[in-house]
Amino acid sequence: MDALQILVLILAGIGGTAVVLTRRPVDQVIGLSFYGLILALMFFVFQAPDVALSQIAIGAVALPLMVMLALAKVRRDEE
Amino acid sequence: MSRRLRSLLFVPLAAAFLVLFLSATVGIPAVGNYRGPYGDVLNAVAVKERHSTDVVTAVNFDYRGFDTLGEESILFISVIGATVLLRQRPDEIKEKDKEEDDGRHVPKISDAVRLLCLALAAPAVLFGIYVVTHGQLTPGGGFQGGVILATVPLLVYLAGDLRTFQKTTPRILPEIAECIGVGGYILIGVAGLIWGGSFLQNVVPLGPEDAKVYSGGTIPLISVATGLAVTGGFVLLLIAFLEETLQLRLKGKRGSK
Repeated sequence: MDALQILVLILAGIGGTAVVLTRRPVDQVIGLSFYGLILALMFFVFQAPDVALSQIAIGAVALPLMVMLALAKVRRDEE
Repeated sequence: MSRRLRSLLFVPLAAAFLVLFLSATVGIPAVGNYRGPYGDVLNAVAVKERHSTDVVTAVNFDYRGFDTLGEESILFISVIGATVLLRQRPDEIKEKDKEEDDGRHVPKISDAVRLLCLALAAPAVLFGIYVVTHGQLTPGGGFQGGVILATVPLLVYLAGDLRTFQKTTPRILPEIAECIGVGGYILIGVAGLIWGGSFLQNVVPLGPEDAKVYSGGTIPLISVATGLAVTGGFVLLLIAFLEETLQLRLKGKRGSK
């Protein structure tokens, strides 16, 4: 395992912990998006570009977007 | 649940998880140390057999094409479920009308965001189509490209161009794409069943072995079908979520003029 792989694993650990420790859902979504990018980088460093591409699209864009939209809808319904 | 009870539950459960996790990870092969036979076999035969230089896509759309069809159906069903859950009831719209009178304002979108989103929209279309059609040659394929294409309406929406968003993304378009995508995948499989003897058997000429867009037989066809299905699915989700927001904002604009 080379230095880049270790670095990206540590980053993923920090990112995941940060997402879990964020309390406000809206902030958490932003953290989740960054975490998705870190995961994509990790897949790329571990030589899985196909998975990395899916991860960028899903983890960094689609998933945070869906959570954000769902939060907006919940908030609107509560008002 | 009180804080004390929570930690009382957490400590033993976390300890149990730690034990299980450690026992599961001890003895796994080192990074880059692949043991199973399948990967080696596929690496050796896939390019010759399927004329597809991206073995991952060959696996996804050919060697385990049936599983991918299942995955695509999961997305299809999730989209249907979300759309049904988020559909508007008639009384909901009335409530929204009342809400609008309260003078809720919409935050203005900054010029930088607008410019960036509009500038990215066209390259994203091109890149998405490239990823969908070149899945059999380079990393990518219908799924990845489809999601990239689905971000384009989102970019247009983020740019604040609501009318353009509604014009370029009428609901019927992603619905058609979704149907052609899922149906096309199954039809390609049935074609294999009729002319090839088994479901998803390749029945199309494989094309040149030296990596052309039309190499790979059914693989690029399935890739395009998946691309259509995924794009349609995600755009439908987006529309389902944005629909009432859109109605509100468009009405608000008309009202202020």
